[in-house]
Amino acid sequence: MSAEQIHSGLFALFAIIACGAAIAVVMSQNIVRMAFWLVMSLGATAGLFFLLDADFVGATQLLVYVGGTVVLLIFGVMLTASGPYIRIRMSPAEGVLAGGIGILFLAMVYSTVGAVNWENVSSAASPSGLGAGVSEGFNASSQGNTTRPLGLAFIGLRPDRDLGADIHSPLSTGYLLPFEIVSVHLLVVLIGAAYLARAKRRSDTVEE
Amino acid sequence: MAVTLAASNLAEYFESIDGISSGWALVLAAIVHVALLGAFFGLPAGIFIWTERKVSGRIQDRLGPTRTGGRFGWLQSLADGVKLIQKEDLAPQASDQMLFRLAPYIVVIASFMAFIMLPFADGWVAVSLDVGLFLILAILSLEVLGVILAGYSSGSKWALFGSMREAAQMVSYEIPMAICVLIPVVAAGSLNLGDIAQMQSGGIQNWLIFNDPFTFVGFFAYFTCATASCKRAPFDLAEAESELVAGFLTEYSGMRWSFFFLAEYASMFIVCGVAAILFLGGWHIGIPGLDPLNLGSSSAAMYFANLIGMVVFIAKASLLVFVQIWVRWTLPRLRIDQVMTTCLKYLVPISCFLFLGAICWPLMVSILDLPSLGRKPIAERLHESSVTSLDSAFEAGPDGRVVPPHENVNASDPIIAANQDREAINR
Repeated sequence: MSAEQIHSGLFALFAIIACGAAIAVVMSQNIVRMAFWLVMSLGATAGLFFLLDADFVGATQLLVYVGGTVVLLIFGVMLTASGPYIRIRMSPAEGVLAGGIGILFLAMVYSTVGAVNWENVSSAASPSGLGAGVSEGFNASSQGNTTRPLGLAFIGLRPDRDLGADIHSPLSTGYLLPFEIVSVHLLVVLIGAAYLARAKRRSDTVEE
Repeated sequence: MAVTLAASNLAEYFESIDGISSGWALVLAAIVHVALLGAFFGLPAGIFIWTERKVSGRIQDRLGPTRTGGRFGWLQSLADGVKLIQKEDLAPQASDQMLFRLAPYIVVIASFMAFIMLPFADGWVAVSLDVGLFLILAILSLEVLGVILAGYSSGSKWALFGSMREAAQMVSYEIPMAICVLIPVVAAGSLNLGDIAQMQSGGIQNWLIFNDPFTFVGFFAYFTCATASCKRAPFDLAEAESELVAGFLTEYSGMRWSFFFLAEYASMFIVCGVAAILFLGGWHIGIPGLDPLNLGSSSAAMYFANLIGMVVFIAKASLLVFVQIWVRWTLPRLRIDQVMTTCLKYLVPISCFLFLGAICWPLMVSILDLPSLGRKPIAERLHESSVTSLDSAFEAGPDGRVVPPHENVNASDPIIAANQDREAINR
């Protein structure tokens, strides 16, 4: 048994949990059980991220989706429920429609994934491969932590590409602009939420 | 058999033994890590439950357990455990059986997983990540999911009310807690718990709690939020016996009930351990002459130094847990509106102010030319610690190190270089 086999085994385990729980979300009728299966599915996806050495993305997946969104979902269900255990039933027409959309999506994913030449990609990512000089900073499994390069790229620095490169070549671009745009967007959303959720005064008390 | 005692981590050590392939070495290393962490998960819980009984007894002018297992009743937790295993495992008829049975496991798994990132001594950590602290917070936030599911699936009004209160409280207190955690992170410049603890070596004035006034106040704010997020008194609204029977625990009995308590005591240890690492110097004694690193750089000496460091770290964390127990039995319980007011109207603004202050502190130091208490700048200390740990990883090679050398901060790291430049300009 080699390390690669363990890696593949863990991948299979997490993938089966993610897919099985996703199917259980659709099959289940109790809405809180659906939320639980969604947590299992998203948690297994976080496990896949950790398996790919994407620690930061995995931790964010746990914090935002599992810890945040699903908890809010359950809160919403509990606060708006009319009965103790709500059930959702689907009509056959809805099932056919949803199944059709699912099969179309699967076909799209299959054609997209199948269009990539994975042999080339995996050899380019390995240090001994074609693009050894370019992608040296990207080989996460041998490099360990991926958070520092990620953070540096977010503030616009790419030492993994620029260090050791030709001094006359232009500097590589980071992700500072998208990062700032997303930050401002989030700020707008926060202010908007605070504005919508503020205590509203009645107009007659204002006019006196 | 060529067994090297100096491997950078357990998996490499097992690999160096003949007849073990790389895959089995990984499996063996994982088993050893899980067994050790399981011991650290279960033992403190048992000891703290006994401590809680003794301390509460003394505070209430009683003796607490005295007979079980000898003079001080020190086997009381074990006796409790045996009693709880014998109890019938029942689920109420009105409950959602599957979720009711699963909820305790979610809580236990959430608090057990946080131990994976908690370093006990220099390099003695199951997984050393640059996002270790972030991941601990993310995993601890999963605990609330088990609480909500437990309350909802019990099919009881007490349980539902209890879990709603509990969930509202835990979700609200996560915000100031996360901001308070950022205050020492700003001072340290790293999210890796091992790095943060390592740069507080030397005297007690190097501890991050004494770094600036904001981290000093931040420690107390963090400790308050941590107490609340562990649902300990005076914030134990969910288990308010006089109002809600036992909150979300009302319908639970036997081992499933005890799982919730196991998780509670384990997460108390986790948040106190994080406080010890972030603010109180981690595994460093705080007196430069007594630092166990003075013992030498041989492999055995490093191992012994790490052993002392682990004892020091556990002592610090246990002391904080003791304070939590002490507070629980001396303060009255708050009302639910007071709990939410404390969090949203006081702790969130206080922690935001402290966070802003901690960011502006280096500027204030350079503008006002404040004395720095004879302490080296943090970037310099980080650099030194990374250089020494790199040296030890490559040359001395301490055994039992779990951090591979490449995960340490490299001396040629651009961030550290930039920090040093900045510090040089400041001076």
